[in-house]
Amino acid sequence: MSDNHKEVLFGLYDDEEILLKAVQQAQDDHLDIMDVYTPFPVHGLDPILGLEESRLHIAGFVYGAIGSLFAFSFMTWVFTRDWPIIFGGKPYFSFPAFVPIIFELTVLFACVGMVVTFYTVCGMAPGKTNPTLDDRITDDKFCIAFNTNDTDESGIEKLKRFFTDSGASEVNTKVI
Amino acid sequence: MSSHVSHIREPLINGSKTYHQITEDLCAPTERTPSTMWVIAFMIAVTGLSLYVFSVFWTIWKGIGSWDLNRTIGWGWDITNFVWWVGIGHAGTLISAILLLFRQKWRTGVNRAAEAMTIFAVMCAGQFPLIHMGRLWLGFFIFPYPNTRGPLWVNFNSPLLWDVFAISTYFTVSLLFWYTGLVPDFATVRDRAKGFRRKMYNIASFGWTGSAKHWQRWESLSLILAGLATPLVLSVHTIVSFDFATSAIPGWHTTIFPPYFVAGAIFSGFAMVQTLMIISRKVLNLKDYITIGHIESMNKVILLTGTIVGVAYLTELFIAWYSGYVYEQFAFYNRVLGPYWWSYVGMMSCNVLSPQLFWSKKMRRSVFVTFFMSIFINVGMWFERFVIIATTLARDFLPSSWSYYVPTWVEIGLFVGSIGLFFTLFLLFVRVAPVVAMAEVKSILKSAGDQYSGPNAKKHDH
Repeated sequence: MSDNHKEVLFGLYDDEEILLKAVQQAQDDHLDIMDVYTPFPVHGLDPILGLEESRLHIAGFVYGAIGSLFAFSFMTWVFTRDWPIIFGGKPYFSFPAFVPIIFELTVLFACVGMVVTFYTVCGMAPGKTNPTLDDRITDDKFCIAFNTNDTDESGIEKLKRFFTDSGASEVNTKVI
Repeated sequence: MSSHVSHIREPLINGSKTYHQITEDLCAPTERTPSTMWVIAFMIAVTGLSLYVFSVFWTIWKGIGSWDLNRTIGWGWDITNFVWWVGIGHAGTLISAILLLFRQKWRTGVNRAAEAMTIFAVMCAGQFPLIHMGRLWLGFFIFPYPNTRGPLWVNFNSPLLWDVFAISTYFTVSLLFWYTGLVPDFATVRDRAKGFRRKMYNIASFGWTGSAKHWQRWESLSLILAGLATPLVLSVHTIVSFDFATSAIPGWHTTIFPPYFVAGAIFSGFAMVQTLMIISRKVLNLKDYITIGHIESMNKVILLTGTIVGVAYLTELFIAWYSGYVYEQFAFYNRVLGPYWWSYVGMMSCNVLSPQLFWSKKMRRSVFVTFFMSIFINVGMWFERFVIIATTLARDFLPSSWSYYVPTWVEIGLFVGSIGLFFTLFLLFVRVAPVVAMAEVKSILKSAGDQYSGPNAKKHDH
């Protein structure tokens, strides 16, 4: 991502089944796909593209664990060290009564942490504009994009031929 | 894709839609000028909202003495409304989280609106305990912040404080879940819009591009949020029921409360979803996306949870008798035959008897019957909370303190006004966001569209 500008050659497909076949074909031909854009999550695309499983759930577990520990240690500190008060004859360290808040903070930390992580790693934020290739990609077009910054004429011809062979309905270029 | 298609299941999307038509249909309500019906509905809702604002103002100015609560009945319509709204707020997360985990595809038609409903209902709910404090401007005392009084912390052993954590967590998580689902759809609206609208939706869509890796993370996030929201949604009403169940008041002090409250919450939440969806599908022309099949599925949930609630009512009565404990027995005798007998009758007939109609398939699939039933159930669930709260308090341990409570116009204004607040928010939501989750509907088109599945499916040979 060091280049500020990327010349992108992209093809638009009308259906996810044609797209899946095309991606498979591109992989077989050892074409270097920059990215695939779809209007909805297409199942079966990740293994063909060779995307590793997202590690968000690991992050979620860590955030949740931090939430549990924080809630537990904070309440314990308040009720046994900072300001011990007897409520209803219960011991200072009345663990069962801490459970609901520990649970709530676990969920809160895990959810907020994961959502923040998700937007951060995806490079998304309120008001952020990421370059898009075509307005119809969020509607009904499925797009395979190649970065052609370092591709010569014959390489571009090869990519164009790939698009025609694999059933793309449109082929365009855009600098993003 | 075709391997997932069942020809026995009813299609969930009618009208042989293409992906582009789905976009057109679902974006349309946000793009055209509001219809007369919307404007009229909005005006009524805003009138309700202003009644709410006025009642809140009156309460804060005069103090909660203006509610005519008394020493015996300290919780009246306020807490009834709180529990009622929180209960309504349960269906959204249930639909989006639990049904996502169970891979129920029909959720995609209604999850967006149901989640929005959850958020607005929780917003309405949260107001009541705050106003009920009397000194609203000291409301931040409920949070454990380092203060100059010691610091003197809040009581972490109190169910009322658990409630603070539960409701605020629930609100936050529901909001994040809902918004994350909305982001790709906002991007669709953005890419169709021009000028100022495009700028606004650009802010709202966070720079979504639809990249394969982003979709993968998005799905992973949705699934884990659903996994976390599922126990959360069960915990929230459990904790609300602890407000009562951990007290020493006969009629409240029962271990059945958590499951009974959760079932009741789902029951009332689905009823409210039905009310909103039946209106929305007609006004916004979404009949192809929110089909009779969707309505029937939700009616099945209503029948199940309504019956669970009915069993809970009867179990309470049986256990009161079986316990041999005179205070408990009196509390339930009073609940059924005491001064508030009419609210018990309202509760039983609306919540237990009337939903039994849904054993009949014809009734389950009737939009007309469903609409009236959904209103009945909402009334009945309001009565349930009133029965539990006010009836129980009206006859306490000392007969000399026995009392009867009638709300003032201020409390009625707060209740009616909170409905106005709810509908104002919902109507605004309908204008700015796609009411049906577009991306998710598109993702099930090939397996649940009527041109692919069901009796009218064309033969496909891929």
